[in-house]
Amino acid sequence: MCHTFPALTSDRSSRICSLLYKHGSSMASNSSGSDSSDRQRIAQQRLSVIAGHLQRPVEGNSGILAAECKAQGDKLDVSSERRTVPRRRQEIMKWNGWGYSDSKFLYNKKGQAEFTGKRYRLSGMIIPGLREWMESTFGANLQHKTPAAPILNSSAVQPPTLNEAFLKELKSTGIPFSHDAEDRVFRSHGHCLHEIFALREGKIGRVPDLVVWPNCHNDVVKIVELACKHNVCLMPYGGGTSVSSALECPPEETRSIVSLDTSQMNRILWIDEKNLTAHVEAGIVGQDLERLLNESGYCTGHEPDSMEFSSLGGWVATRASGMKKNIYGNIEDLVVHIKMVTPQGVIEKSCQGPRMSTGPDVHHFIMGSEGTLGVVTEVTMKIRPMPEYQKYGSVVFPNFEMGVACLREVARQRCAPASIRLMDNEQFKFGHALKPQVSSIFTSFLDGLKKFYITKFKGFDPNRLCVATLLFEGDREKVLQHEKQVYDIAAKFGGLAAGEDNGQRGYMLTFVIAYLRDLGMDYYVIGESFETSVPWDRVLDICRNVKARIVRECKDKGVQFPPLSTCRVTQTYDAGACVYFYFAFNYRGLSDPVHVYEQVEHAAREEILANGGSLSHHHGVGKLRKEWMRETISSVGMGMLRSVKDYVDPNNIFGNRNLL
Amino acid sequence: MTSTYKDSGTASLKDEEEFTDILEERRCTTDLGYALRTFNPQPYKGAPSSSTSDLKKAVLESQYLRYIAKEIALETGSSVEKVRQEARGILEEMSHNLQLGFIRLMAYTVNKVFKRLFRSIYVNMEGLNMLQQAIQESPVILMPNHRSYVDFLIVSFILFTYDIPIPVIAAGIPLASMKVVGEILRRSGAFFIRRAIGSDKLYWAVLSEYVRTIVRTGCAPLEFYVEGFRSRTLKSVVPKLGMMDMVLEPYFKGEVFDITLVPISISYDRVVEESLLALELLGVPKPKESTTGLFKASRVLQEDYGCMHVNFGRPLSVRQLCEGKINRSEYNLIPRDLPQRPSTEIQDCVNWVAHLIVRTQEEGSLISPWSLMACLLLQAPITTLTEEGLQWHGLTEKTLWLRKLVLDFRGRLNWPAHTTDSDVMSSTVALHHSIVHHKAGRVCLVQDGDPASQDPLSPEEGVMRTAAAVLMLVSYRNQALHVFVRPGILATAIHITKSTQKDELFSFFCFLRDVFANEFIFIPGRASQDFDEACSLLQKCGAVHMSEQEVTVLETGLEVLSFLQKLLQPFLDSYQLIFRYLCENGAHVFTEKQFLPAVQNLATKLILSGDLHTFEVLSSDTQKNVLSALRRLEAVTKLRASQQNEYKVNKAAVRRTGDILSGKIPPESLHAIPDARL
Repeated sequence: MCHTFPALTSDRSSRICSLLYKHGSSMASNSSGSDSSDRQRIAQQRLSVIAGHLQRPVEGNSGILAAECKAQGDKLDVSSERRTVPRRRQEIMKWNGWGYSDSKFLYNKKGQAEFTGKRYRLSGMIIPGLREWMESTFGANLQHKTPAAPILNSSAVQPPTLNEAFLKELKSTGIPFSHDAEDRVFRSHGHCLHEIFALREGKIGRVPDLVVWPNCHNDVVKIVELACKHNVCLMPYGGGTSVSSALECPPEETRSIVSLDTSQMNRILWIDEKNLTAHVEAGIVGQDLERLLNESGYCTGHEPDSMEFSSLGGWVATRASGMKKNIYGNIEDLVVHIKMVTPQGVIEKSCQGPRMSTGPDVHHFIMGSEGTLGVVTEVTMKIRPMPEYQKYGSVVFPNFEMGVACLREVARQRCAPASIRLMDNEQFKFGHALKPQVSSIFTSFLDGLKKFYITKFKGFDPNRLCVATLLFEGDREKVLQHEKQVYDIAAKFGGLAAGEDNGQRGYMLTFVIAYLRDLGMDYYVIGESFETSVPWDRVLDICRNVKARIVRECKDKGVQFPPLSTCRVTQTYDAGACVYFYFAFNYRGLSDPVHVYEQVEHAAREEILANGGSLSHHHGVGKLRKEWMRETISSVGMGMLRSVKDYVDPNNIFGNRNLL
Repeated sequence: MTSTYKDSGTASLKDEEEFTDILEERRCTTDLGYALRTFNPQPYKGAPSSSTSDLKKAVLESQYLRYIAKEIALETGSSVEKVRQEARGILEEMSHNLQLGFIRLMAYTVNKVFKRLFRSIYVNMEGLNMLQQAIQESPVILMPNHRSYVDFLIVSFILFTYDIPIPVIAAGIPLASMKVVGEILRRSGAFFIRRAIGSDKLYWAVLSEYVRTIVRTGCAPLEFYVEGFRSRTLKSVVPKLGMMDMVLEPYFKGEVFDITLVPISISYDRVVEESLLALELLGVPKPKESTTGLFKASRVLQEDYGCMHVNFGRPLSVRQLCEGKINRSEYNLIPRDLPQRPSTEIQDCVNWVAHLIVRTQEEGSLISPWSLMACLLLQAPITTLTEEGLQWHGLTEKTLWLRKLVLDFRGRLNWPAHTTDSDVMSSTVALHHSIVHHKAGRVCLVQDGDPASQDPLSPEEGVMRTAAAVLMLVSYRNQALHVFVRPGILATAIHITKSTQKDELFSFFCFLRDVFANEFIFIPGRASQDFDEACSLLQKCGAVHMSEQEVTVLETGLEVLSFLQKLLQPFLDSYQLIFRYLCENGAHVFTEKQFLPAVQNLATKLILSGDLHTFEVLSSDTQKNVLSALRRLEAVTKLRASQQNEYKVNKAAVRRTGDILSGKIPPESLHAIPDARL
């Protein structure tokens, strides 16, 4: 066992760190000398520090780590400063945009795009192509700025409606809470375009009246009991990354709304190395979970694009999907056991059997319930030893049709790598615009040569070609073998291997895109992404039709500039694929851009449904897509869900009004 | 170089369109030079360049055809390979083989012929520009009306001239069997469809997959006649839905983002096959399409056929047309490669679109002065026409009066500008010397006498001879009917019911609209709009006064109302006669073969005895329409088991319909039936 817990000195491993963040201290200085099996050496080399994060104390060589509720003052308490998300999110995060306050895109004095901060690989770099791309794609102009309101004006926030009796009893429990305006505003929204747009304009609607920070399962039980007793509306809040209006307070709600922020329930309670599971508090955010597990040589492999900020409980409540689901599975495949506190009491299974035939799986009432039934407090998840080897890759195809055909074949042969994504031509160009300044003439010369080879020598049309990005994981030999298999298939569809660098940049894009939206919004550009899942035979049709619908709707709605309407196939399944759309436009000349945006997105969703796509693959329904639920799951289906809700929560304590 | 003129007929200025004579330029250049011009059209941007063999391969290897082949093999007990072999054969017979070289040959020949036949071919350039634009955006379906064999290649000819991709054209199989010509047509883009496909499942499958593949890939614009065949009466024919279904399905199934429909209205001053049409309608069999026949017909090249107008309509987006009418998600649960019967919602939508297209074709066609004269000539007693003739100046006066009415009714009139009215009148009559002649201030009907024949004609033969001439006149009248039909039906309703109550008139209007749905094109579900349109047109020309509940006839309007009512009278008379025949004839079951001559006999007798004043009932087209109408009204039913089209008649129901039509009993409150969704 011991060798899976290498004597860590200053290094910690994290795949996302290596992808997202700058490498910390040098990699070579860490080998523990005595223990130098090949596998371990590689594993150790991959360990890297996240700047500013403290080291987790190393436990003994026990197979199980355990921790209990902080409220009970346990010794094993892990200081919360080590964790990404503090109680006061405003200390590190933007109040009216995506992510960390210190990280953002801006145009410097020379008019070059730059990404600030120190956290990401892109941080501190100049991105020379971005400006031209923005100008040519959107007709945006650096002279035409639309700056956001600089600070949150607390006086614009309505005073809280407090339920005094509830408050009094809550105080007696010692669970921290706040009705500070900033705290409340932070928990009043997700990251839908209209939500962020309103904040940037300083407009604040209905916000929760109180925020509570339970520290453990028992705290949640107490809060829910009190809420039921005093008829208070509870809205669970995890990472706040929702894009379905799920966190919006229902305007018709007259009761006091309490936001139940799970962010402080963020510990790994134990790791079971025999069964390869970990029992984790549901408030933990993805990057912390991975990082902490990595310290023990494990990972969950669950990496949704939002994993820096989204929480385990949120994943369960929305049926999240991770980039590497081909190896690790989606959340429903990863979860072994769930504990949820409902107004009727706690629901959980009596054992951790890997599969059961005990009627409909009650976990499936919980997964996707979107906070309408209760609060997920603890989850037992599968874990895997960290992969020994990782390799990015990319393939260029002459056109999108060939690319889709290749992905379909990969899926047919069930040999998809950890991740395989196909970007269309527009997104390929977008990715290119995000290339940081190259340091050497040699690199730019090589780039030029590559471009020449693909477009001139191979005859690819630069306006039609598209690129698939790949991520392989596993032991080295198998990865290389696997890589060859996939490239061989790609070759049959006219695909040319296009290097690791392109692949890696493709994945980076997904993490910075949310930051980019903020930059766009500084210059009259608004946009968002949405997704669907669709059978294989309709993938091409849905991509073409939805993109065309967006363009047409924008034109009809008076958008003055052609929109960016692009998609990628992000996941493959046996029977279909997940397709992701990006849509953005320059709104100069429109009096109500958000309304136009919403109309177009609505039309795009109609188009998706008409073309055989699903209402959502992993974003969930929230309130944004509620209107289509009945046609999606039938009236009987609605009745089933309704009756569960009526039984579990007859007084609508969990009153966020999502889903139904 | 080219002369243009304004379509003076349209009432509102914004509709005014410029027509360009495309023959004028052709007359100044060599035919060969024209045929060899560089042709470099901008195709649909999504379309891969694919050859005809690619197309055939795609069809044969489609999942759909594989599935059907398996199914048929299972049903018939033959091997799948054999069925597929058969499918290959069907496809070979059907397939077009569009080649630029033959397009050039076609252009060369057609150019020569057209220059001979026509003084001018006018095309609206704005429509062509819109078409050119549309072709780059989505698959385009060209939907011309079909009045003459001549229009078969006219669209290809124009598109070749203006550097627009050449269409593939759906044609009837008889054309394919013409020696040499069939092959030339095939290589000019024609593909051939059998008549009477009936329940041949494999044939349907091959055809529909072929058509859908053309639309899906957008490899070429597709041209087809939604009316199904050439209209022998020069009146729009109720659209056929088979082809329309196939064409629209790729949109319904999301295989294309949109499809563009371009209605094209082709109007002739004089139709090349005018005399054949009348004979065909009277039951003289149509000559089989043959190459030698074509050469025999070459004497038509000696004649003058005036001008031709090709009006390219505004491109219509199927997506926009269908918005809110259908829910495409009904296709989500079955693999799209498998056949799926569309819901009634979809079927209704297809029907609606098809009707809309035909109506648009009607609205886009140009009415010639001759059509107006035909309307008026047919309202004169037949003996006047055949014997002493109609007063020329009276006819001139009436024609000018009618011209104003057409403009009031927003018809498109092709009335030559810069010419005096009397010149227009006499040149028109001169052009139609085969039908009428103008002598000593009078106009008479020309009857095709056979001077070689010594035997005097029998009275029955005399009737047929007159009928042939009258039916020619009728077909030119028909070219103008669409302008008058709606107000005409209202005028008829006023005449029969003698009512002034709007709701009573509306319900009779609906009844007539229903009975005559095979004669005239009514867009389904638009009864009240049609009624409103009729009311407003009659009000506009000062014929009636409208109030909230009443429609009162004005003194000044009697002339208009009487003209309109007389215009439709032949239809009422014909229908009544056939109703009478069905009620009084003993048999409850009859075949179509018995029915047609029997009606003709009865009608001939009544014409001779002076009890029937219309020759139109002699037309097989009218007879078939009545039968279809009665079937629709469920007064006649087709016997399913029957091999030879046997019908069973419900005499009481037929009598009731006749009684309502004559105003003896009021129609059931039809307007209580909710309009169809559409």
